[in-house]
Amino acid sequence: MSGASKIGNTFFNWDYIKQALPTVLKVGLPNTLQLAVYASIIGVAVGLIVAAGLLSNNFLLRFPCRVYVDILRGLPHILTIYVIGQGLPLAGITVFGNNTYGYAALAIGVVEAAYMAEIFRSGFQSVDRGQVEAARSLGLSYGKTMQYLIIPVGIRRVLPALTGQFILVIKGTALVYLLGLTTDQREMFAIAQDTASNSANLSPLVAAGIVYLAITIPLTYAVNAWERRWRTGGKADPAVPDELTEQAMG
Amino acid sequence: MTGHIMTSQRPALDSPTMHSTPVRFSDVTKRFGRSTALAGVTLDIPAGRTTCIVGPSGSGKSTLLRCTNLLEVPDAGTIRLGDVEITARGVDLDALRTRIGMVFQNFHLFPHHTVLNNVTLAQQRVLGRSRDEAVTSARAHLDSVGLSRLEDRRPEQLSGGQQQRVAIARALAMEPEVMLFDEATSALDPELVKGVLAVMRELAGRGMTMIVVTHEMRFAREVAQQVVFLDQGRLLEAARPAEFFDSPRSDRLRSFLKQVL
Repeated sequence: MSGASKIGNTFFNWDYIKQALPTVLKVGLPNTLQLAVYASIIGVAVGLIVAAGLLSNNFLLRFPCRVYVDILRGLPHILTIYVIGQGLPLAGITVFGNNTYGYAALAIGVVEAAYMAEIFRSGFQSVDRGQVEAARSLGLSYGKTMQYLIIPVGIRRVLPALTGQFILVIKGTALVYLLGLTTDQREMFAIAQDTASNSANLSPLVAAGIVYLAITIPLTYAVNAWERRWRTGGKADPAVPDELTEQAMG
Repeated sequence: MTGHIMTSQRPALDSPTMHSTPVRFSDVTKRFGRSTALAGVTLDIPAGRTTCIVGPSGSGKSTLLRCTNLLEVPDAGTIRLGDVEITARGVDLDALRTRIGMVFQNFHLFPHHTVLNNVTLAQQRVLGRSRDEAVTSARAHLDSVGLSRLEDRRPEQLSGGQQQRVAIARALAMEPEVMLFDEATSALDPELVKGVLAVMRELAGRGMTMIVVTHEMRFAREVAQQVVFLDQGRLLEAARPAEFFDSPRSDRLRSFLKQVL
């Protein structure tokens, strides 16, 4: 067999792909998306709070947030997932009972929060200081300025980075196989991997890869289009006349 | 021209809630690190009048203005708004700031909101007005600055002069008792300056207490009741415009005027 056909047979064996795809789509895809969405919700919620803490003038608020971000971004994700997924239940903190899923989502979410906190922080810091002063000069408190100016403007500005992070979450869900899942709980990658080892062929992984791309690429383009539309907002001639300029002209 | 900008209906501006309040600076001092921005400035800003502050850059003009609504906190001295000593401890900053409107050199509109919502935001979120009330007032104020037709635009779609007039409407919608203008026309193309000055002139004519940091000497001469000269953080002269421009007392002001006039 030539090299090309070996590669073709190992990765692109249509029979194995066909064999893996139904389970990947029916069981794996919903699990992957669910895990990614739950983890992202945790990541965004915790990330926003930590980002606010990172920007605080109060050392006692800022310091623990800094430590959180530095440690969770610095550790291999696998380790964090073990610590939370197996450590928490061992420590008697069984918020999710025996549901591996809950711990998996929490573990990924907690890691994502560290990355999202830094993304949010950079977005919040990019908001023009003058606009913040204008808001304060109108009587908006720091909290309201955060709520009505810094967060909405900052988030729009980091939308592309957030999308990238969400894609990492989708792919990161593959790590939950570490925690041991039942057959029905497996996400796409675990299913592909099981099928691959059963068939001694890597084509099922390629099947999963195709589904990953089918989610992530359209998502990227959708967010970019959305962001572009927001940014240009129906561009108009900047010199729109108004009552005053018309009068001034004659 | 200025005459008929304001002839359209403007209920919110004519409402009896508009009243002006004097401001009194006593020995206000402010340092940034080692440099002294204000070295003990004492100044009365009479209610319902326009005071223009002029001086070379770095003289402390903007700092004095920014102390007035405590965007900068003085290191020493006191500032009174009417009967309230705003530099005292425990002052409710946010409540205080609703009484003082401020217009900035670079407009600083909220970039994610339309013109209309730029003017309604603080009315709703700070004053607790209903959406309807806020919109009615916003439209009246936008109308008074000649922008009622552009309420659906985003700030980036407007010229600098239009943005600045939105910023003025946004500040006025809070029904402040004092208006601060920090080089409001300095960032504008020359042909856009007129419209903004016209709006400021109208406002002065209707008895708003205004503190205007400006390089527009003609505006200072024609509109202000008091002109103040700051140099290196010190108040060197405060006089009526005619006296200020025609018979300056200090050499420093004389040479400054020679350069700018």
